[in-house]
Amino acid sequence: MSCDHKHHILQINNLSVSFRQYENGRSHRQIDLPVISRLSVSVHEGEIVAVVGSSGSGKSLLAHAILDLLPYNAVCSGEIYFNGEPLDKDRIARLRGKNIAFVPQSTTYLDPLMKVGRQVRGGRGEGRAKKQRELFRRYGLGPETDGKYPFECSGGMTRRVLLTSALMGDPDLIIADEPTPGMDLELAKQSMADFREFADTGKGVLLITHDIELALEVADRIAVFYAGTTVEEAPVEDFRSEETLRHPYTRALWRAMPQNGFIPLEGTQPYVKDMPAGCPFGPRCQWYSRECAGEIPLKRVGCGTVRCVKCQGEEVHIHHHHGDGNYHHTHGRSPEEHVHEIRMGDRT
Amino acid sequence: MGRTHLIFILKNLIRMGLLLAAVSIATFALVAASPIDPLQANVGQAALGTMSEEQQEKLRSYWGVDTPPAERYLNWARDAIRGDMGTSLLYRQPVTEVIGVKLANSLFLMGMAWVISGVLGFVLGMIAGVCRGRLPDKIIKGYSLLIASTPAFWLALLLLIVFGVWLKILPIGLSVPIGVETSGVTFLDRVRHAILPALTLSITGVSNIALHTREKMIDVMESDYVLFSRARGESLKSIVWHHGIRNVLLPAMTLQFASISEIIGGSVLVEQVFSYPGLGQAAVAAGTGSDVPLLMGITLITAAIVFLGNFIANLLYGTVDPRIRRGGKGA
Repeated sequence: MSCDHKHHILQINNLSVSFRQYENGRSHRQIDLPVISRLSVSVHEGEIVAVVGSSGSGKSLLAHAILDLLPYNAVCSGEIYFNGEPLDKDRIARLRGKNIAFVPQSTTYLDPLMKVGRQVRGGRGEGRAKKQRELFRRYGLGPETDGKYPFECSGGMTRRVLLTSALMGDPDLIIADEPTPGMDLELAKQSMADFREFADTGKGVLLITHDIELALEVADRIAVFYAGTTVEEAPVEDFRSEETLRHPYTRALWRAMPQNGFIPLEGTQPYVKDMPAGCPFGPRCQWYSRECAGEIPLKRVGCGTVRCVKCQGEEVHIHHHHGDGNYHHTHGRSPEEHVHEIRMGDRT
Repeated sequence: MGRTHLIFILKNLIRMGLLLAAVSIATFALVAASPIDPLQANVGQAALGTMSEEQQEKLRSYWGVDTPPAERYLNWARDAIRGDMGTSLLYRQPVTEVIGVKLANSLFLMGMAWVISGVLGFVLGMIAGVCRGRLPDKIIKGYSLLIASTPAFWLALLLLIVFGVWLKILPIGLSVPIGVETSGVTFLDRVRHAILPALTLSITGVSNIALHTREKMIDVMESDYVLFSRARGESLKSIVWHHGIRNVLLPAMTLQFASISEIIGGSVLVEQVFSYPGLGQAAVAAGTGSDVPLLMGITLITAAIVFLGNFIANLLYGTVDPRIRRGGKGA
């Protein structure tokens, strides 16, 4: 099978994020709470990639980690590449808002005391003002919206304002965190069509959502997020039938969809504090066996990847960057050395 | 809009009237319950002993010792409502005149301290909040906590010792030079005499404002909208300037106007230390000397100032915060 991957816009290898915090109110011992562990996902040019996971599973932190916006007590490790080059703190600080745009999830992301038109423009200049008005018109925000404060906007209006702010710049990548709730169907479709159009010009979109139906409709590839990691990354075509899917969780998700039998999966996702050893899905998996408690390698199966010992496939080594001519192997260092650790407390 | 504003102002005037009535009753009750015998306090035990019964009787009626408290209060209140605040028993001048002179002295002092502590506290708080956990924050926080736990009068004594006694560059007390006629006193003289008390009040006032501003600034820096601004590539300078100040200024302003009461409270002690003839010192003299009319006057005027401070904060909030101005809620 040919899985011709084009140029990588974003590639994330083995990203882990944990929060350092006190064990409890009285204790002085600090513990690390892992919220994302060994997550890998990539976005190629012309693609919309959806990261799908249930609400409250830490998906938003993925967006914050890419943008280096995690709180000070977060510890982050792994590799993030943007256009083939490592995305370190200095580089992301330069690219934020220019080459990488962010559409945040909640309506609290607007300054409550600044008029929305000014917030979207972000600066002075007739060009900006023109573009902002054009975008507002496109999303059904009348000229009176410019002078409104966020508290005067409805939820749907605020979402549209947030969306237009991402389209203000000229980004190569849009990271959208649950951009559609609160919009009516028409607007949700329009914003997805805009993402599609944006991606078709050779750009990339990372869509973080809990809405698998939406993801299946617009995305090219889907990364399934479970308990802080991506258990499977698959082309959207693989979701046409259960057999082409790899991970037992993805299959369960597939069966739970109304058109596929509406069969719910028993149990809940494990809480970060009592994460099982090995595969996080282990306790709920019908195929669970002893080897699932050990190290779970990332395997390539067909045109996707999976973290499951039961799947037959070629193991993916993180330092081996597949099919991308633009990739610069970082000065020949070993993968261990080349994992950069970002301590967010250091940033200004 | 005009009608609602009128109702708002009317409501607050009624509130102020009720507050002043309550304050006057409480003050009077406290003075009536005070164990201080005005005759002994103001004339002295020895002098009293040499006086005839007739003279003592005159003094008793002058200080109002034999009149029942309720009657005395009603007498005072009847005059006060008509605008006659009575005559100070200690200064033998109309209370309004005494307060006028003392207030002018104090306002100069408190105004200076209020502005300095407000501006400095706000700036320090912003710096600490932005640099949270780093050296500037630690220094500012340490300073604020140290000062917050230092009694104002002790700090006043310390400054007096250093600048007045050791360095001899500033006067040790009073508001004008000793041995100079009133006409010979220059404005600069007055400023020189106000520096130490104003400095004491400023130093103590800063810590409160700085700590509150710091807390608020930390909240702002951790807010979603600052995170989004960073995601959009705004620099720290731009974030502090456009989002930080905008969101911290409102609560800081409220606090600043509410802090008037603290400055007045602090000025009582500080004026005492520096023998600065202001309202605070007059209040102490009136209290310990049972000068009821003067004490009532001072209490009412300070209560009114504090009330007005809070009232102004309310008004400003309503005009500055769009959520109240346009939302029509709150206030």
